[in-house]
Amino acid sequence: MRHIIAVLLENESGALARVVGLFAQRGYNIDSLTVAATEDPTLSRLTLVTRGDDQVIEQITKQLHKLIEVVKLVDLSESAHIERELMMVKVKASGEQREEVKRCADIFRAQIIDVSPTTYTIQVVGTSEKLQAFIEALCNTQILEVVRTGVSGISRGEKALSL
Amino acid sequence: MSQQNQPEMLSGGAMLVRALHDEGVEYVYGYPGGAVLHIYDALFQQNDVKHVLVRHEQAATHMADAYARASGKAGVVLVTSGPGATNAVTGIATAYMDSIPMVIICGQVMSHLIGDDAFQETDMMGISRPIVKHNMSVRNPADIPMMVKKAFYLAQSGRPGPVVLDIPKDMTIPSQKFPYEYPKDIKLRSYNPNAKGHPGQIKKALQTLLAAKKPVLYSGGGVILGRASEELTELAKRLNLPVTNTLMGLGAYPASDPQFIGMLGMHGSYEANQVMHNADVIFAVGARFDDRVTNATKKFCPDATIIHIDIDPASISKTISAHIPIVGLVKPVLQEMLSQLDKLAGKAEGQLDQTALASWWSQINQWREVHGGRYQQRAELLMPQAVIEAVHRHTRGDAYVTSDVGQHQMFAAQYYKFDKPNRWINSGGLGTMGFGLPAAMGVKLHYPDAEVVCVTGEGSIQMNIQELSTCKQYGLGVKIINLNNGYLGMVKQWQDMNYDSRYSSSYMDSLPDFVKLAEAYGHVGIRVTTPEELEPALERAFALKDRLVFLDIHIDPKEHVYPMQVPGGAMNEMFLSKTERT
Repeated sequence: MRHIIAVLLENESGALARVVGLFAQRGYNIDSLTVAATEDPTLSRLTLVTRGDDQVIEQITKQLHKLIEVVKLVDLSESAHIERELMMVKVKASGEQREEVKRCADIFRAQIIDVSPTTYTIQVVGTSEKLQAFIEALCNTQILEVVRTGVSGISRGEKALSL
Repeated sequence: MSQQNQPEMLSGGAMLVRALHDEGVEYVYGYPGGAVLHIYDALFQQNDVKHVLVRHEQAATHMADAYARASGKAGVVLVTSGPGATNAVTGIATAYMDSIPMVIICGQVMSHLIGDDAFQETDMMGISRPIVKHNMSVRNPADIPMMVKKAFYLAQSGRPGPVVLDIPKDMTIPSQKFPYEYPKDIKLRSYNPNAKGHPGQIKKALQTLLAAKKPVLYSGGGVILGRASEELTELAKRLNLPVTNTLMGLGAYPASDPQFIGMLGMHGSYEANQVMHNADVIFAVGARFDDRVTNATKKFCPDATIIHIDIDPASISKTISAHIPIVGLVKPVLQEMLSQLDKLAGKAEGQLDQTALASWWSQINQWREVHGGRYQQRAELLMPQAVIEAVHRHTRGDAYVTSDVGQHQMFAAQYYKFDKPNRWINSGGLGTMGFGLPAAMGVKLHYPDAEVVCVTGEGSIQMNIQELSTCKQYGLGVKIINLNNGYLGMVKQWQDMNYDSRYSSSYMDSLPDFVKLAEAYGHVGIRVTTPEELEPALERAFALKDRLVFLDIHIDPKEHVYPMQVPGGAMNEMFLSKTERT
């Protein structure tokens, strides 16, 4: 099962290395990981996408909790939540390809954020699935480069991960 | 402290030493080098904190570790950067695996050189990260008192463990002074270790135990670390529970008590492993269902309801699922159980199922007859088990016993009947050869009047034998029981059982003359080669109160440790001797 775990972490040097090290040491998977400071500069927020059965996920959350610099965490997948990921794709776009790529971007509500005579750079925001679908939709186009941020997640409604 | 709220001005190095003193530290074990010279100079200029100079940094870590195991307080290590720090790694990992509180102060190259591959630079924060409870690097000398406080707090609270403090050399420059004040206490928003246990869960656990027909109490190192031996013993008595201890938990329940059924697990007693396998309720206290205890987890104790108390939630349901988990420090949880039990006195729901328990105990007593710790006595040869029994006699069962790792460790665990906690000091989790001698030294230094025995083998002892020199320097009169069989015995045992006795590198054919070696270091060496020589040798050794005596005892080279669980089997599948299995 895929799980999205959100972690509030002391914004200290080495704290991220501890989280990443934990996953490497204990053989847990990381599909993606994003991290940045929050509105409180002493705290970082990290979103981790991982996979495992219930027992593995339970161990992951417990082991994360054990790290001294982890302040709070929540498994977002346990309740209603929103996930978003940003992707930028640079594609070959010349001749009649230009129009087709643009049409495809419109359908996905993606934006073309950079243009050159032979290329487009397109920004797409959405769930990981949507991003994957967009890449598949571009199958007739030559993709030059793909960069994805990894998933960020947040709970729906009044539920909040904060101090 | 100077007068009227004017904090004293101290250098980083002096603040570190003062903070250690304010933390109540009496001894620091270590080895000097470039990056810690300012700190060593600060140590030299005071008399409160004493330094013990070892011969190898690994020994410093084991000394500090054993001190912590015996006293319950964090041991302190001081090493330099680079090789000093990396030599300490094995000892840090040893402490980590057994949850031992320890503070390791590592020098580091000057801040501006970090990352430049400077002389004696190593990324100790990175290297130690997977084997510490926490580590910290000093960025500002003024933070040193707070960081020392934090290091001790983290090391000693909750599930204890080692904490590394990495100090770049420029943080301790003698000419740069800062106001010194030692914080009284410390609070961390991300760390709250004092769980008392959920009263509802505790009640449920008690009800389950009261209703049990075939219960067992399985306790581990957490009871020793949590100083809860008294509560554990009282509860076991009141509930009439058979008690088994893990290797780390020996001594938490008196071995001479009739309710004690021995150690469990790979080399546990026949009865302990049978009781576990057949139990209807397993009451696990401060134990972590280690693979050396459970054998094959799929076949583990099929009929048991499992109650598990542990301060570390990650230890609960990690390998074996608990039905009634209780997250909390063992002492307050057991106290709460006792007080709930008091309230049930005289009520129907507070009664034990006496009939069921009587038949359970009669079954247990039958199991006791099956193996009962028997071993073969071969003429002319000294049996290792007999040596341990003799040591137990000569020390009236009241010694601190440290061990290395291998057959001798198992014999000591099986045959030295520990009646008190904190007396059995061994590397259970990591299984570190070379642990025993420095561990004995750490204990002897703090308890000079106590009898301290290191049970070792000719393989293990050579991993830190240089410490005989440290023993001479500090007058540490430990007694070394070297069970010398000329083989790496446990490796040989596995090769006998699984590799058709192909002794791949388990034999040493150029052993030193240990008697002469001990003498060369200024100690007493005694060789024992026949059963008749054992008693007089032990008598002489223990009469030499202040001397280190190295007893090189030549034992049966063919003996195996039994019982031994059958690999991949259930708890109760065991080899009972070379020719019998369950």
